[in-house]
Amino acid sequence: MANLEKYSYDVVIVGAGGAGLRAAVEARDAGLSVAIVCKSLFGKAHTVMAEGGAAASMGNVNDNDNWMVHFRDTMRGGKFLNHFRMAELHAKEAPDRIWELEMWGALFDRTSEGKISQRNFGGHEYPRLAHVGDRTGLELIRTMQQRIVALQQKDKRETGDAEKNLKVFAEVTITDILKENGKIAGAYGYRRETGEEILFEAPAVVIATGGVGKTFKITSNSWEGTGDGHALALKAGANLVDMEFLQFHPTGMVWPLSVKGILVTESVRGEGGILTNSLGERFMFKYIPDVFKDKYADNEAEADRWYIDQDNNRRPPELLPRDEVARAINTEVKAGRGTEHGGVFLDVSKRLSAEVIKKRLPSMWHQFYELAGVDITKEAMEVGPTCHYVMGGVEVEPDTAAAVGVDGLFAAGEVAGGMHGSNRLGGNSLTDLLVFGRRAGMGAVEYVKSHGKNPVSAATLEKAATRIAAPFTRTGGENAYSLHQELQEVTHNLVGIIRTGAELTQAIEKIADIRKRSANISVTGDRKFNPGFHLAFDLDNMLLVAESTAKSALLREESRGGHTRDDFPGMNSTWRQVNHISSFDRDKVIVKAQPLPVLPKELFDLFDVHELEKYMTPEEISKGGSN
Amino acid sequence: MARTLKLRIWRGDDKTGGLQDVTVEANHGEVVLDIIHRVQATQMGDLAVRWNCKAGKCGSCSMEINGKPRLACMTQVASYPEDETITITPLRAFPVIKDLVTDVSFNYKKAMEIPSVEMPPGMKPGEPRMQQIDVERSQEFRKCIECFLCQDTCHVIRDHEENKKSFAGPRFFIRIAELDMHPLDILRNRKKSAQEEHGLGMCNITKCCTEVCPEHIRITDNAIIPMKERVVDEKYDPLRWLGSKIRKREGML
Ligand SMILES: Cc1cc2nc3c(=O)[nH]c(=O)nc-3n(C[C@H](O)[C@H](O)[C@H](O)COP(=O)(O)OP(=O)(O)OC[C@H]3O[C@@H](n4cnc5c(N)ncnc54)[C@H](O)[C@@H]3O)c2cc1C
Ligand code: SF4
Ligand code: SF4
Ligand code: FES
Repeated sequence: MANLEKYSYDVVIVGAGGAGLRAAVEARDAGLSVAIVCKSLFGKAHTVMAEGGAAASMGNVNDNDNWMVHFRDTMRGGKFLNHFRMAELHAKEAPDRIWELEMWGALFDRTSEGKISQRNFGGHEYPRLAHVGDRTGLELIRTMQQRIVALQQKDKRETGDAEKNLKVFAEVTITDILKENGKIAGAYGYRRETGEEILFEAPAVVIATGGVGKTFKITSNSWEGTGDGHALALKAGANLVDMEFLQFHPTGMVWPLSVKGILVTESVRGEGGILTNSLGERFMFKYIPDVFKDKYADNEAEADRWYIDQDNNRRPPELLPRDEVARAINTEVKAGRGTEHGGVFLDVSKRLSAEVIKKRLPSMWHQFYELAGVDITKEAMEVGPTCHYVMGGVEVEPDTAAAVGVDGLFAAGEVAGGMHGSNRLGGNSLTDLLVFGRRAGMGAVEYVKSHGKNPVSAATLEKAATRIAAPFTRTGGENAYSLHQELQEVTHNLVGIIRTGAELTQAIEKIADIRKRSANISVTGDRKFNPGFHLAFDLDNMLLVAESTAKSALLREESRGGHTRDDFPGMNSTWRQVNHISSFDRDKVIVKAQPLPVLPKELFDLFDVHELEKYMTPEEISKGGSN
Repeated sequence: MARTLKLRIWRGDDKTGGLQDVTVEANHGEVVLDIIHRVQATQMGDLAVRWNCKAGKCGSCSMEINGKPRLACMTQVASYPEDETITITPLRAFPVIKDLVTDVSFNYKKAMEIPSVEMPPGMKPGEPRMQQIDVERSQEFRKCIECFLCQDTCHVIRDHEENKKSFAGPRFFIRIAELDMHPLDILRNRKKSAQEEHGLGMCNITKCCTEVCPEHIRITDNAIIPMKERVVDEKYDPLRWLGSKIRKREGML
């Protein structure tokens, strides 16, 4: 702690993905001093990997679209477990957030009228995803990054110092959110390059740390997805909501082994790619659930016509929500109809010309050609489910993104829960980042206005510093890499895409055991850019996330969205009224049931009652929404 | 395990570091980044390397493999002969922090020196109308993943620390070109400033940058050369601004 670096800001933003950067812009625009902290270099956050697009009902391609249609799709996709207010705000504000990006220099693909083009995606009734080829996330993050630079240039013109009121602390890991007198006081961490410690004092902290994919063995996520924000929030006294819901994206690469899990964007199906098993059957027709029967074609002829005439045909079942497609693939493979490497075939080469494929799906072409030696303009891809997105996350107040239970703490983006219910629709994350990133920024601004500085005490500091030094004081202890692998085996085998009570019970024991052993991790080498040391802290977070997920999953005795119980197949309307709230008692994660907020009448009335009957109990239907 | 691989990996910083020999197993289909991770997990727990996506999308895993600037996650082990020793070193143009990790802050400083996009006054969100053909030129440059391999390979700065002050490098020439060709941007004199403030004149069109770009951006042909050709003073008035944008489009056809 000798060389402790110290800073003081109005707000510290942990995370430089889409959500963190949007929050930063909002807070700086309102005059606050802002620190952005991230584990990687600036511009490399996981958001950069998003491919397909950002969902917003601009109605540029089909003018029947509007926020109400988008809201309905989002609730359906989430099987009505979404926090209605988040889904409502998201649907209403998404178009403005996209148009705003354009004002900041983003260049989306265009329609022939010169508007922002929109593409089809699973679960979205109309073409709704603004996109740039298949590199939409890169456009989003680069635009936000360049907006930050623009604000810094403005500060430089006005104050002579670009970084005085808005500074990016890249390659810094936050290990503790600090509180004093029950309120947020700042954040503590270390510089990855040097291992030296760093303190941020601030009355408001926004957590925007993204997802948890690295808890699993097969994932589309980058190494940053270690659930840090989920764990930091838990430890700071906040709650996580519905951590049992994880999205397994149906199409990850399965071969070669070294690329297993890497994402194959849903746009491949949106552009007409079809799924077949080893017998050559287009199997998705067998897997259309009752609740979707009137929206999805049950025969090939109609499915194929849809690509030409969307008003008079139902959609192909390849475009069902992700949980449905992932489960279908899983079932096909388990039934012995999988490919040589345990996947199914995804083929776009028969519908589009090579030239069009290379233009619309350039990075997919590149990815398969370079990494698997497969030319997708000529051959089918082999694909299978991969852990992609966590629906669960920090419980927040929808309008302000304030974390429930901790004054001064905010959360936005993938780390926040509620918005997507039990299953997220593709494209809804990128606009979620922007809508709630902005709201978190606004929430922090309001909070800081009425709350002054809250200095960090020596005792709090000491505790945070001791934790960082600990792994170096031990020798011959556990190896972080092996423990991480062990955890990934447990989650993959026992908390994966299909779950059972017995396996989840086993998982909870095993995770507890790994957590106990992880207290004895020792690292080799010194503090300077030492990945073993870094992993020790990431692992601690993943263990808490896994515990929360396994415990929530054990309690939920039904199957819904990103949570499938072999011993409790099928949705249950009574369970729909329940959120699972995780908290941390300093020793273990505790999960409690909490009633889901009731859909207000004006939103209830947006649906056909017969549709709601599929999800809600007769009592709920007869009430017709709250008040 | 399909084969045993001989590697020489740079350990340490640029003052005291050196190459270290390692033998490691490699599986079918693996890329160099996989191998580095195996070395890290089994033999050198503290081996420093940057990476994020492992899919060629983030531009973090830049290094030099047998002296060539490359993304480690997109470099197949199988592309090297069985008996060849693969040498892995950090980017040469930037100071080494540790092992394969370099200090690339130079690039972020240069980014700060380029004036941001400036929208026409009075334009409101949702109003812009642009044709695909008009956005495509800038879109090519916006594919950049900021791997900085082009910066690393460019001889103007690779072994000439003294040039760094006045030379932004190919990554930032395409950034200037992108803004210059951006259908909405109204800032004048982008080309001129590329020449006068960012060192475009020091580039002698060797095309090395284009060759290493993993995004296959035609840095020299589509950004550098067109800018060199027309470094003229474009005074801003709305009509001429429109004219210049249309000319940009003609240039493309
Ligand atoms: C391959 C892929 C494709 C996708 N495609 C789409 C798509 O087409 N459309 C869509 O809507 N969604 C898509 N998603 C989902 C979407 O990209 C993510 O949900 C979203 O980008 C998350 O953004 P974020 O801002 O919440 O966090 P991230 O972008 O994940 O950023 C997290 C930030 O937090 C920082 N951080 C984390 N922990 C710490 C710590 N302890 N200390 C300091 N900093 C920390 C990280 O360094 C990083 O800067 C895709 C996801 C993947 C994996
Ligand atoms: S073409 Fe110019 S910018 Fe590119 S490597 Fe050669 S000298 Fe450098
Ligand atoms: S232009 Fe190409 S080589 Fe240069 S930084 Fe961008 S992606 Fe990398
Ligand atoms: S790890 Fe992202 S480009 Fe290699």
